[in-house]
Formats: sequence, structure tokens, C-alpha cells
Amino acid sequence: MDSHLTSDRVDMDDNETTTKFIVNGREYSLKIDNRYTLLDILRDHLRLTGAKKGCDLGECGACTVLLDGKVVNSCQILAARIKDKDIRTVEGLSQSETLHPLQLAFIENDGGQCGYCTPGFIMAAYPLFESEEELSTEEIKLSLAGNLCRCNAYGSIIDSVAYALEIKTNE
Amino acid sequence: MTTTKGNPRFSSVGTRPVRHDGYDKVTGKALYGADVELPGLIHGKVLRSPHAHARIISIDISEAVKVPEVQAIITNQNFPAHKDEAVSETPGPAINLKQQTANILAGDKALYKGHAIAAVAASSLHAAEEALALINVKYEVLPHTSTVEDAIQKDAPLLHEQYQNNIASHDVLELGDVEAGFAQADLIVEREFRTSTVHQGYIEPHSATGWWTPNNKISIWGSSQGHFQIRDRTSLVLGVPVSDIKVIPMEIGGGFGGKTTIYLEPIAALLSKMTGHPVKITMSRSEVLEATGPTSGSYMKVKLGATKEGKITSAYADLKFEAGAYPGSPVGAASNCIFTPYDIENIRIDGYDIVNNKPKTTAYRAPGAPIGSFAAETLIDELAEKIGMDPLDLRIINGAKQGTTRASGISNPVIGGIETFQATKDHVHYQSKKPTPKTGRGVAAGFWINGSGAACAVANVNFNGTINLTIGSMDIGGLRPAAAQHVAEVLGIPVESINPQVGDTETVGYTSMTGGSGGAFKTGWASYEAAQDVKRQMLERAAEVWEASLDDIKLENGFFIHSHDSELKMSFKELAGHLPDTGGPVVGRANLDPRGPGSAFATHVVDIEVDTETGKVTILRYTAAQDAGTAIHPSYVEGQIQGGVVQGIGWALNEEYFMDEFGGMTNSSLLDYRMPTSLDLPMIEALIVEVPNPLHPYGVRGVGEVPIVPPLAAIANAIYDAIGVRMTELPMNPAAVRKAISGG
Ligand code: FES
Ligand code: FES
Repeated sequence: MDSHLTSDRVDMDDNETTTKFIVNGREYSLKIDNRYTLLDILRDHLRLTGAKKGCDLGECGACTVLLDGKVVNSCQILAARIKDKDIRTVEGLSQSETLHPLQLAFIENDGGQCGYCTPGFIMAAYPLFESEEELSTEEIKLSLAGNLCRCNAYGSIIDSVAYALEIKTNE
Repeated sequence: MTTTKGNPRFSSVGTRPVRHDGYDKVTGKALYGADVELPGLIHGKVLRSPHAHARIISIDISEAVKVPEVQAIITNQNFPAHKDEAVSETPGPAINLKQQTANILAGDKALYKGHAIAAVAASSLHAAEEALALINVKYEVLPHTSTVEDAIQKDAPLLHEQYQNNIASHDVLELGDVEAGFAQADLIVEREFRTSTVHQGYIEPHSATGWWTPNNKISIWGSSQGHFQIRDRTSLVLGVPVSDIKVIPMEIGGGFGGKTTIYLEPIAALLSKMTGHPVKITMSRSEVLEATGPTSGSYMKVKLGATKEGKITSAYADLKFEAGAYPGSPVGAASNCIFTPYDIENIRIDGYDIVNNKPKTTAYRAPGAPIGSFAAETLIDELAEKIGMDPLDLRIINGAKQGTTRASGISNPVIGGIETFQATKDHVHYQSKKPTPKTGRGVAAGFWINGSGAACAVANVNFNGTINLTIGSMDIGGLRPAAAQHVAEVLGIPVESINPQVGDTETVGYTSMTGGSGGAFKTGWASYEAAQDVKRQMLERAAEVWEASLDDIKLENGFFIHSHDSELKMSFKELAGHLPDTGGPVVGRANLDPRGPGSAFATHVVDIEVDTETGKVTILRYTAAQDAGTAIHPSYVEGQIQGGVVQGIGWALNEEYFMDEFGGMTNSSLLDYRMPTSLDLPMIEALIVEVPNPLHPYGVRGVGEVPIVPPLAAIANAIYDAIGVRMTELPMNPAAVRKAISGG
């Protein structure tokens, strides 16, 4: 934790509790200001800035991560709710040199222009990739409806997800 | 659609390599404005006016400074005083520094809800927020005005003493004699139109980090469409030489014109000077909507006359555009674009720039053009209907060509306007029957001027045959790969062996901002020239290695060859390996200021369905034809076209600023400022037409902006086709459509 914000002041505040949680397979035990959201914890404390703050109100999906395998807007999860939880962010998708098929698919199909919404879309699509069901384009669209892309790369985003699902079935 | 096989005239140009920045973007490694982290970084926050129009009587910070952790508080008074006049001290348009500074932190008046009043730096964000609440501002609330029509009334409150009736400027474009033109017409159509204020809506909020070190050097990190422009404006506002400011461009999470000016940069720099720490300020979503962007709401009155054969004889437009708090609406650009798809002999356009109590407008994708086009293209449709002519045929017979004089007096260069009309007419979409009797089909055309400016590029040849390419244009839609493709084309090497990056203001020469659809044009060209420079030097090196005459050596398909000795052949990579023993590194360089980015024309056709009960319009099918000159990377051209179309759809159907009785925006969240989601859209087919621009080495035209121009009218025309009602106000949301159906 290199942030001035956390390291210098962590013990001075009474709004803080020690919380244990797992991010991308690594266990953390941190004193956290209760007013913080999961998104702030990821970005400011852990310096995992893949999840973006597009609105901080649960309206854009740029901050999407997995909380115990479920898609959540991390800006809407308060510190207290992450106790003992298993969190996965875009940084934790590929543990090795090889990218996750979803990531590869987004590169190959150019599933983004500016890329700001990309981590959110990839994480929102993750459960689709894990699921056994076959999904139609409409179902993919529906699952991603909470994520905004103002570059309007929606077409290639949907293509990217569909492509990843296809690779999976063909494997 | 252009084939995936590429362009037969080229090797790299016209192919679709993957993005060099793709890996970083899918792994979360790409760093945007708010991702900056520095040693000792502290946080800034801005206090904003709750009033749409108010005199600032006093600002008392005595309680706020007592908050532990608060390190500095500034107001407008902390900036150097500037004259209230436009100056052109830097490249780009002249700016009024007093107004520019007052938009960053308000001077004696707050001119819109959300107008910045003071800024705090503290070691935690929470402390900064706490301090904001303790700053005591005494306001004298003044009456406000939030539409152009209200603003020009005699008794309307004045925002600035010097602008009578809140009219900052009135410019006229005139060609021929409109009255005579209307006298020749068999048929005249005329309507009033209104459009609402809309925002660029980029998902990345503005963020700036400033670090002012004791030796009076300033570093600024942030995302923008032009870091040199950010540097220049910050320099003017702070009164610090440009040579003492370095702007480091971060990845940009969307700009669409909105990230071409400064809001937070001088504040962060000044707070850093006062605290000795780097200071980061990031806007919230509501700050973005209430205090940055947007583009103009408008009132327009437009009139067209035509003969019964369909020849347009005269065109008149009265355009009243909202500038927001300070002058500078895009009414001038709108005037230049509104009738330009056509060859019309008699034109008059009155363009008014009107200030009102809304955030100062900023460029938004083809600034002004969609607004004017909404009016003009609706009337063209009406003309076609009244004459009983196919709307594309009417456009074809009136279409502007090379040599046609525009309203501005400029004569058209080589353009592809009629080509896009024709491509649309021939396309299966237009040729197909409407899917159901309830479907409405509409077409509209659009024009955008395209801009250019200075650009620099540096190509460093590595000894292993790869190239580090540094460009000065911010990459907002795939510019890095497109620039690399220019280099690959010249040198005949794979695009993957080029590593393109955007340099900061100290590592690459002055480059104008990525705007006006000029990025790929100018920086593509600079990259082309840098590659030519590499080629020249590499040929010399080959001559040295072979002890041959320079005249006998050629570069073909990535190989250096000797014209008379077929034994002598070396790949680019092999020759690069010889650089250390033939004089060291090779650096290609280009610095240019190219003109003639080509004009952009587009024609769109859309099928929609109207739910007559709810008034909801559903887009069923959309095809957008556009002259791209030469598509360097067709996927990115298609991406730009689709992106522009969808923003146009949002503008047409949903987006607007709701203002309450006190003149403040009430829908400053993404839930209430409703932009299209994946569910709102069908697949948008991009139809690339290629009429090469003779003024660019590969024929490139700007492509990014014009696709947002036609959708507003295309959809309005489709609604008319479906329900027989002309929609003349935006947005055409369910309530508006229902009202139109019931005759209200
Ligand atoms: S930042 Fe969490 S939904 Fe927008
Ligand atoms: S790629 Fe820019 S917001 Fe989605």
C-alpha cells in the first residue's frame, strides 16, 4: 500500500474496522474506513485500478467485479459487506501469461474503443462464460444491459462475448 | 462493407490489425486520468454553485481551513487577473482569458448551477469534502434564463453587461439572393425547430493531477484530446510559460469533443504549488453533467424553396444556439454545414451565439452540425414528399459536387457526397420492402467540415528491426494502430513490429488536438513522413553496407535490394542489425502542418416502429453510408460510424437536460440522463464509401464526426413515414411522440 491516503492515516480514524477478504486469490486483512466502497478499496488501497469509477452510483457498470462469483457494481458495495468475501477483478482474470478467453476475444473482436468500459463488460460477461447454458445474442445483450459504453462499441462487445462462448464450446 | 482482405492498392493500409493497446485495456493495466498515483499525492475537491445565476458577495473560508488535513483553499482571486478580451497567443482559436479563468473558478458571478466557486486540497478526500461544506459563500441570487428563446427577450436577465439581449455575436453567411431564389420556387417549406441541450457523455469523468515543484516546473497528468492544448491554456490561465509545463497524457475514456478544454488542470496545479504535494482532482458524474460539456440547445427557423422538378432554388436559416455561460456555441460550424450537402445558389444563414445560465458549451462531435441538419434534412424530406419524389433522388439531383460553392464562399474540393446518396439508394436496406406496414423509413444526409493542424511524429528504429513510433496526437479511437499502419505501409514491415505510443509535451513536437476528425489525417501523415525519413536513412545505410551507389538501392516489400545485383538483398530487420556499425541509430522525424483533411459526407437510412400507445420509438434497422476517403483500418472507421450513429440516436430519442424552476439541471445522473444501452439498438451497418482525398498520401479523410449528423433527421423522417407527424423538437421521447400523435 503505497498510498499516502491509507498508510499514513490508517490508525487515526475511528470509522475504521479491520476486515478480512480475498481479492484475486490473495488474502487481505485491512483497517478500512467504513465509508469506503469496495471500488474505493480496490482502487485506492489495493491500487487495482482496472475497475473504473464512471458514476459511483451503480448506473454505468464500469466498476463491475465479482463478489463470491456474482456480478456487482463495486461502487455500491460498502466496506462492511466484503468481510470474508471472495472478490475477483479484471486483474485477476488471467493468472498466467495466457489471457482469459474473454480477454482474448475482446482483443480479437475489438470489443471497445476507448477501453474505459472494457474491464466492466468483461467482468459482467464472466458468469456467462462460466455458465453451461447456450446463450442467444439477446440473452447476452440482456446480461450486459447494466453496462454503458458511450463509444457505443456495443456491437463488437456482444460479438466479443459471443466469440468467447463459441471458443469455449468448440474446445 | 469493405472486405476484410484489405485494400488492393496497399499492403498494410486497409487491413485490420489488432490494437496495440488491446492487451492493456483488457487486463486493467491501461491507466486513465484518475488512475494516477504519485508519492505524497493529496486530493482536491471543488465547491460548486447551487444557483443558476448569482452574484458572489463573499467567500468565507475561515471555518473550512480549520478542518484537520486541509492544506489549501483557493478561489478565482488566486489566479492572475486577465483582461476581458479575446487573445490569440497560442495556436488554435482566440480565447478570452478572463472568461476562461472564470469558468474554472467563478469571478464575481456564478452563471450556472454547478459553476466552480472554490477548491480545497486535503490529505484525504473526506476531509476535502468536509471542508467544502464549511466554506461560507454569500450569494445574491439573480433571475436566470435557461433557453435561447428566453435569453433574448427584452426583460431577460443579462449574464454579461457587454452582451445586449445575451447575444454574444450574430454572423451572416450569404450566397446569391435568397429572395430572388424563393421567387423562383414553385414550392416553399418552412418550419421552426427546437433541440435540447445534450452532453457528450463519456464514461470517464474528468480528472487532473498537478504537481508544481519549487523550481516552478509544473507537471500535469490527465486525459484529454490534446495535451498540447491543455498545456497552452493552463499556461495562459496561470501566467506560466509553456516551457515550464509538461502535460503527460493518460489513456482517455471517451471525449467526443468534450475533453478539449481545461477545467481542473490549473486548479490542481495551483493547489499543488500552495501545498507542495501533487494534487489530484476527479469529478463526480453530476459534476461532469452540470459543469462540463454540453452542446447547445437551439431554436431554428428554416425555409427551403424548390421548383416542381425538385431543384432547390433558395435556402434560409435562422439559427439561435445556446452558448451556455460564456460565448462560444458551435453556431458558426452549424452555419457552415447546414446546407453543404447540396448545390444551392441562393443561401442566407443568420447565426446567433446566445449566452444563458447553463454550463459553457464545449465541442461535441461535429459541433453544431447535427442540430442544423435536423432542421434542414427534415425540410428536404418534406420537399420530396410534396413534390412526390424519392427523397434520395431529390438529394442526388441537388447534390454538391467538386467545385460547388458553399454558403461560406468556399469551393468544394474532391468530395463523395453524391456517392453516399447513391450507395444508400443501391443498398439492400433501401431497396428492401419495409418489414411491416407499421414500419417507418427515413433518410437524411450530413456534412462535416473536418479540421487539421500541426502534427509531429518520431520513429526510432531499434537494432532488431522494430520501430518505436511516438506520436503527438491523443489516441481516442484507434489512432496508434492507424499511425503504425502508415509506417508499415511505407517500410513494408509488419504493423506488429511497430510500437506506437503517444508522447508527452516534452518528448514530441507540438501537435494540435485530436479533434475535427483530423487525428488520423494529420498524425497518419506525420507518421508517413517519419517513415519516409527512416527509409531515406536506411537506404543510405544499405549503400554503406554494400559499398554500393545509393541510386542502385531500392526498398521493396520490406527488403532492400540492389537493382543490378540480385545477390544483394536484405530485410529491413537485417539492415537494422547493421546500424550499430554503420553510424548508430536511425531516427525518422516529421513535423508538419497539413491542410485539406477532406470533407466528410454521410447518408443514413433507418427503419423504426412507433408504439402509438406509449409513443416509444424502436430502431429496427440502421445503415450508415459514409465517404471515408481511404479507410486505413476499416474496423475503426466502422466503429466511429457506429459510435456516432448511436450518439445521434440517443440525442434524437432520449437525451436532454431537464432544468427546474430555479434553473438547475435536475437529471445529472446516468439513470436520469439516459444514454443508449445495448438493449436499445439493432446492429448498425456501416457502409464505407471510398472517394480518396487527393490531399493525403493515402487518401485519408476525417471520419469520426460526420456519422452523428444525419441520425436526428433520419429518425424524425422515419417517424413521419410511420405516423404522419413531423417531429420538430428534440428529443422525440415517448411523451413527445404521444403528444404529437394526439395533435398537441
Ligand atoms: S461506477 Fe459503479 S456503476 Fe458506475
Ligand atoms: S469503449 Fe469507450 S466507453 Fe466503451
